[in-house]
Amino acid sequence: MDATVNAPLLEVRACRQSYHKDSSADLLVLEDVNVAIASGEIVGLLGRSGSGKSTLLRIVAGLLTPTAGEVQWRGARVTGPTQGVAMVFQSFALFPWLTVQENVELGLEAQGVARAERDKRAEEAIDLIGLGGYESAYPKELSGGMRQRVGLARALVVHPDLLLMDEPFSALDVLTAETLRTDLIDLWSDRKLPIKSILMVTHNIEEAVLMCDRILVFSSNPGRVANELRVPFPHPRNRHDPAFRQFVDDIYAIMTRRAPAAPKTAAAAMPAVDATFATPMQPVSTNLLAGLLETLAGHPYQGRADLPALAAALQLEADELLPMGEALQLLGFGVLEEGDLKLTDGGREFAHADTDGRKALFAAALRAHVPLVAAIRRTLDERWNHRASAVRFRDELEDHMSPDYADDTLRTAISWGRYAELYSYDEEAAQFSLEDVETAA
Amino acid sequence: MSSTVHPALALGRRLPNVWDLAALVCVFALIMAFAHAAPGTLKPIDAPEALAVDLSPANLPEYALRTTMRMFAALAASLLFTFTYAPWAAKSRRAGLVLVPILDMLQSVPILGFLSFTTVFFMSLFPGRVLGLELAAIFAIFTSQAWNMAFSFYQSLTTTPADLEEATRSFHLTGWQRFWRLDVPFAMPGLVWNTMLSMSGGWFFVVASEAITLGDKTWTLPGIGSYVAMALDKRDMGAVLWAILAMLVVIVLYDQLLFRPLVAWSAKFRFEMTASATAEDPWLLKLLRRTRALRVAGGAIVDVFSAIGSWRIGRPVGRVANVAAPRSRAGDAVFFALIAVVVGFAVWKVFEYVASNNVGFADLGAAVGLGFITLVRVMVLIALASLVWVPVGVWIGLRPVWARRIQVLAQFLAAFPANLLFPIFVVVIVRFHLTPDIWLTPLMILGTQWYILFNVVAGASAFPGDLQEVAKNFRVGGWLWWRRVMLPGIFPYFVTGAITASGGSWNASIVSEVASWGDDKLSAHGLGAYIAHQTDAGDFPRIVLGVVVMSAYVLLFNRMVWRPLYAFATKRLTLD
Repeated sequence: MDATVNAPLLEVRACRQSYHKDSSADLLVLEDVNVAIASGEIVGLLGRSGSGKSTLLRIVAGLLTPTAGEVQWRGARVTGPTQGVAMVFQSFALFPWLTVQENVELGLEAQGVARAERDKRAEEAIDLIGLGGYESAYPKELSGGMRQRVGLARALVVHPDLLLMDEPFSALDVLTAETLRTDLIDLWSDRKLPIKSILMVTHNIEEAVLMCDRILVFSSNPGRVANELRVPFPHPRNRHDPAFRQFVDDIYAIMTRRAPAAPKTAAAAMPAVDATFATPMQPVSTNLLAGLLETLAGHPYQGRADLPALAAALQLEADELLPMGEALQLLGFGVLEEGDLKLTDGGREFAHADTDGRKALFAAALRAHVPLVAAIRRTLDERWNHRASAVRFRDELEDHMSPDYADDTLRTAISWGRYAELYSYDEEAAQFSLEDVETAA
Repeated sequence: MSSTVHPALALGRRLPNVWDLAALVCVFALIMAFAHAAPGTLKPIDAPEALAVDLSPANLPEYALRTTMRMFAALAASLLFTFTYAPWAAKSRRAGLVLVPILDMLQSVPILGFLSFTTVFFMSLFPGRVLGLELAAIFAIFTSQAWNMAFSFYQSLTTTPADLEEATRSFHLTGWQRFWRLDVPFAMPGLVWNTMLSMSGGWFFVVASEAITLGDKTWTLPGIGSYVAMALDKRDMGAVLWAILAMLVVIVLYDQLLFRPLVAWSAKFRFEMTASATAEDPWLLKLLRRTRALRVAGGAIVDVFSAIGSWRIGRPVGRVANVAAPRSRAGDAVFFALIAVVVGFAVWKVFEYVASNNVGFADLGAAVGLGFITLVRVMVLIALASLVWVPVGVWIGLRPVWARRIQVLAQFLAAFPANLLFPIFVVVIVRFHLTPDIWLTPLMILGTQWYILFNVVAGASAFPGDLQEVAKNFRVGGWLWWRRVMLPGIFPYFVTGAITASGGSWNASIVSEVASWGDDKLSAHGLGAYIAHQTDAGDFPRIVLGVVVMSAYVLLFNRMVWRPLYAFATKRLTLD
């Protein structure tokens, strides 16, 4: 073994990415991220949507320039798309007008590889990834799984040292994703892939535990590496192994723990942290919330559910379930603690109420726990014409968060407030009003 | 088919901004520059004897060929323009600020209006030679084709999918490679479709540009257009019919041999990942695909293009900063100063031109008044054509078998130069002593009404089946069905068709508000007739005035009526 084996292939140092807003301070997407990737490992970046993990992947790929910090590839600073790094896209990003073979050859063509050599290497990659016979097909003739195989072949054919994958299986159905994962891991274990390491982004906890040697768990807003876990199991891994299950459970617990680095010592059961006007909210439909509350209140959970089990039963990914749990927590209907979701008395009452009763409970919860909704209603009450433009609320939110977050948050407030009949909203005019709202309340 | 947005609707902006104003001034100054150069060179030119046109039908094949050659020469020029202007506007932030509004203005200018002085201008470049006339005709066709092709290309260039764009960077494609691997293929369906529309429009102008009368001089270029002009002069109805027949043959040939195959082929580049049910290949494309020799030849052409596309010209496009790259302030300052100088110069020239030709407010008032009459005509015609073609189009569109056939027919009719049909109408008007002010009017929409028809057909055939079933299930019928179900469903398509028809009608007004049959001259009141009369009189300042006023009408009408309608249609009447 020579020294180069131990030197990391890639190093991200003190990387910081901010969204620059003219008026106020920078809004952070990534803060102080340090990552090193050695030869021979699969590293997973796990986190909620909006935690900046995809941004980090693009910085590593040389597609984005970080605001501060640097990326080193084999000891040299990265200044653009790096030779030796190839990427697999979530959306496949195949060219619909090129055949499978032409798509695969794209990177080689860009390097100016001669035709004969190109054909040979494309052929190898296509066969390796199980696409033999599809060379002359166009992407639209292929199923999703086959398309992502083309994406993989296109990346592998340039013989990159580091393969980057951006949620490569999330656009596929469960069975197809599983087959593709297994195939990839088999090829990796048999050392048939012409690559040294893999860095993948995922929001699927099981996928990360199934594939990766090392998992970096990201916290959101701003994104930073909250935890680093080494997965101790050898390939092939068994999902049903109790140790595997426990590992998944632990990651759930980590991801539901609020602000792990906060000075306050994490209490065993966290009280619903009071939201401020500018607490980012993710749009979760009220139907989903009601359904989740009913499920929690009924058998077999009886008011308390283990998150991984609940996710499996509801066929939801962690990424989808966690925002719902957090919404319940925000409204005071539920509490997240150590990987469990527990119903509060308010939540139980909601689950058993009829439609009007639910709306009243929801309205009360919104006014008590969601300052943004309360502020909108208050403004409407104060105005003589009971109208208010959504733009001013959006602007206020944007002083505290990125436009995307502000948009999500405002949309959540609109949809929740409408359901609770606290106000109505005219999409065309972007205006809140008290029309059609019984103001007796 | 008509999923391509009309270029005039593509820009989201409605209210003119400072860049529009700058572009407006520059375009007008350009027109005046042409007009200014023209009169001085008018005198030394004599109509060459070589350009005589003979009415014998035996000459028609040759004339048709010459007319077609002009079309394709102009098409080549338009493609060249498209592939330089559009990438420049799309890739350079500064250039885009100016180039895009200029393009937007140019497509509102009625080309026929300044045919006369571009002709004189080109003849002055090649005094006494046919080449000048040829170039003038080609330039006229070019101006009818180039703008919307460039616009379509520009739009594609600015909307390439982000993930594919990232893929090209991540796999180290150079700018050149990216252009041929991503930009051009992505733009192809829109470009082919717009090229087809341009060609359709072009036939109208090639016919109009072959016989130019200015003052007491007439120049003719051998071709179908001049043949018809001669026939009109000699009151030879037989010759007119022969010409119409020849044109029909030419259009069938060009449609079958060139555009059907091209459109079918370009479907391959459509950016969709679902294999949609595609129509059967046109016979020529089938032939090309099945005949071995032709396939090999076709393959060779594709290989050449593919090889060109893989040249590693330039350096791989690097990464982008998340914050907009720090702009070069000095560069910006120089650029804006330059623009200011050009605009200032243009303003000065416009004033100088107006002042030195004593075109007063009275003339302006007259032109604006006449423009209003033409505006009323255009609006009435669009309304009438809509009343007729919307129900017909919906009926056809809901019957897939018919839709396919009629679609082809309507596109064909749109390509047929309607000005060849004018004589027939004129003879009827003269015979029955009808009022020109009313009866010349339908000529304006003769060629352009088909755009309404085929867009409505496209809209109705794309109308979701489940919504139709809902309407049936709830027994929604009669007027309620039109009001709540069908009209909102086809509205975006209708607007696209109507704006094309209205733009075309403005242009056609210049040749259709005035008509003649031998010595019988018919004239309606309107801005089109004004421009035509001033052209006959060789009064350049007033031609310019007419053209400028007409451009302003078209521009304002697009901005104040069509764009808001289109914005409303896409925002409210589509589900996604």
